[in-house]
Amino acid sequence: MAAAALGAFLIVWSLVPLYNMVRVALQEKEDVFSSNVIPVAPSLHSFWTVFDTSYWLLAKFWTQMSNSFWIGVVVASLTLIIGTLTSFTISRLRIRQGWMLTNAALMTYVIPMSFLAIPFYGIMGKYGMTDNPLAVIAVEVTFATPYAIFIFQQYGASIPYELDEAARIDGASPPQIFLLIYLPLMAPALVAIGTYALLLSWNEYLYAFLLLSTEGKLTVPVGLGKFLNSDEAPWNYLMAAAIVYAIPPMVIYYAFRRKMSTGLTMGGVKG
Amino acid sequence: MAVTSTIENPALARAQTRSVGWRRLTRSDRLWALAFATPYVLVFAAFVIYPICFGLWLGSDPATYRQLFADPVYPSALRNTLIYLTVAVNLKLFLALLLSGFFMRKGWLTKGLLVIFILPWAVPAIPGYISIHWMLNSQWGLLNNAIWSLLQADGPPWLDNSALALGSVIYAHIWKWLPFWTIILMAGRMAIPLELYEAAKVDGASALDLFRHITVPMLASLYLVCTLLSSIWALGDFNAVRFISGGGPALSTHVLATLGIRNAFEIGNPPLGMATVLSALPLLIPLVILLMRQLKKGQVQL
Repeated sequence: MAAAALGAFLIVWSLVPLYNMVRVALQEKEDVFSSNVIPVAPSLHSFWTVFDTSYWLLAKFWTQMSNSFWIGVVVASLTLIIGTLTSFTISRLRIRQGWMLTNAALMTYVIPMSFLAIPFYGIMGKYGMTDNPLAVIAVEVTFATPYAIFIFQQYGASIPYELDEAARIDGASPPQIFLLIYLPLMAPALVAIGTYALLLSWNEYLYAFLLLSTEGKLTVPVGLGKFLNSDEAPWNYLMAAAIVYAIPPMVIYYAFRRKMSTGLTMGGVKG
Repeated sequence: MAVTSTIENPALARAQTRSVGWRRLTRSDRLWALAFATPYVLVFAAFVIYPICFGLWLGSDPATYRQLFADPVYPSALRNTLIYLTVAVNLKLFLALLLSGFFMRKGWLTKGLLVIFILPWAVPAIPGYISIHWMLNSQWGLLNNAIWSLLQADGPPWLDNSALALGSVIYAHIWKWLPFWTIILMAGRMAIPLELYEAAKVDGASALDLFRHITVPMLASLYLVCTLLSSIWALGDFNAVRFISGGGPALSTHVLATLGIRNAFEIGNPPLGMATVLSALPLLIPLVILLMRQLKKGQVQL
């Protein structure tokens, strides 16, 4: 009985803000300013407005979706490349200075991302890199790689080192071992970290907000943030756009939840 | 974050893996290692070390700190940061500890509930926070609409009152991050050997005994790591305050992370913004040192 009550409470607790999102998105612009709890005349009109971008604040919505997507893909790829190369050097080539790389990763991991925003913006300004997606990609890769290195090292510890030795006796060079033995055996970790980096980038707000300014170069969260500052505040369009933007990561979470072992899903998340 | 059972000796295990197959690197190996490590070293130097040095230089003038401490917004931002760190983080983790036990129950009903419970974490932060912001609008928000239709009374002005606005930020933080920490602590509970519980039950221990004498000591070091890590992340959290209260009303709910960005970009004084951020170091550094010491013990891995 107590369990059922707690369960009911948790459902309400979890769903109320999400219900609010759907509720507002289903209303007409003028009905948003009313005292109803359930939409009076629900319609999908705001979603159609998002799809055909017929409202001025939404004009670049799909460009922004594709910006978010491509930045995410590049961040995930670079994180995987740099992360695997580094963890291979530390745990398979076993260089003596490996601890320095691990400590560098650990140090980056414990610096709150927002604390470096001001100097990072200054540096990018010096290089003429503001309003350039590459600057956003650089910072997101920087903050996604440490976690990638930790996970790759943990996961890599389960791959027997004898495999590397056997390959060496057969004359394999380090890049051959990396490409033909290490990477294929790391596949589950690669999927997990690729997803982690993609979501980190998809969700990131502060750096994209500071570094990007042209309407057509923004990522979606920055575009949504701009809505809040407009005088009209068309909440139904904003919520409909927010729902469309939230669907891909939700699909990814639920699709990968079972495939990733518990340990690996953990990081999918750094705020 | 992974949890290894406390029964094994992690230091011993590490010493073993290190001695197996440890050999001298050949010259070509060393060149390859150099080539493989270069990308990360470059990223670290260009985007971590360089910004840190530049930031320290920006915030190196004592006069900036005099200006900062004279700012009437600063003490309230510092106080809010401390409240955010102590109340939001600890309340959230304590709830996560209890809920992780609840979600260990068997059956499809619990599994289905967990799927719904995960939703706030799966939805990106910005849409969730924007929705909460509008939900808490005192005039047209869902919450006060519901209060009106149930009680025929006006709800409180959630975001127009300093204390309520800060409470709203804390609520949003807990809503967003509770599922994540619950799952982490569930993983920790799963790593506890079941035999311990069975043996204790045979000896007649009650559910409360099991929690107090097995779960709590076995989860203690993980719980501490979670608290430290969550505090570090909360210290750098910008989005919750930005989107829930926007620092308002009247700049009364800023935290150091949002005030730093405001001083640097809205007021247009980067050294002042940097000084705001650097003034959080006395909070950050002890958290980091404690975290490192916990991680060195090896019972919990990131």
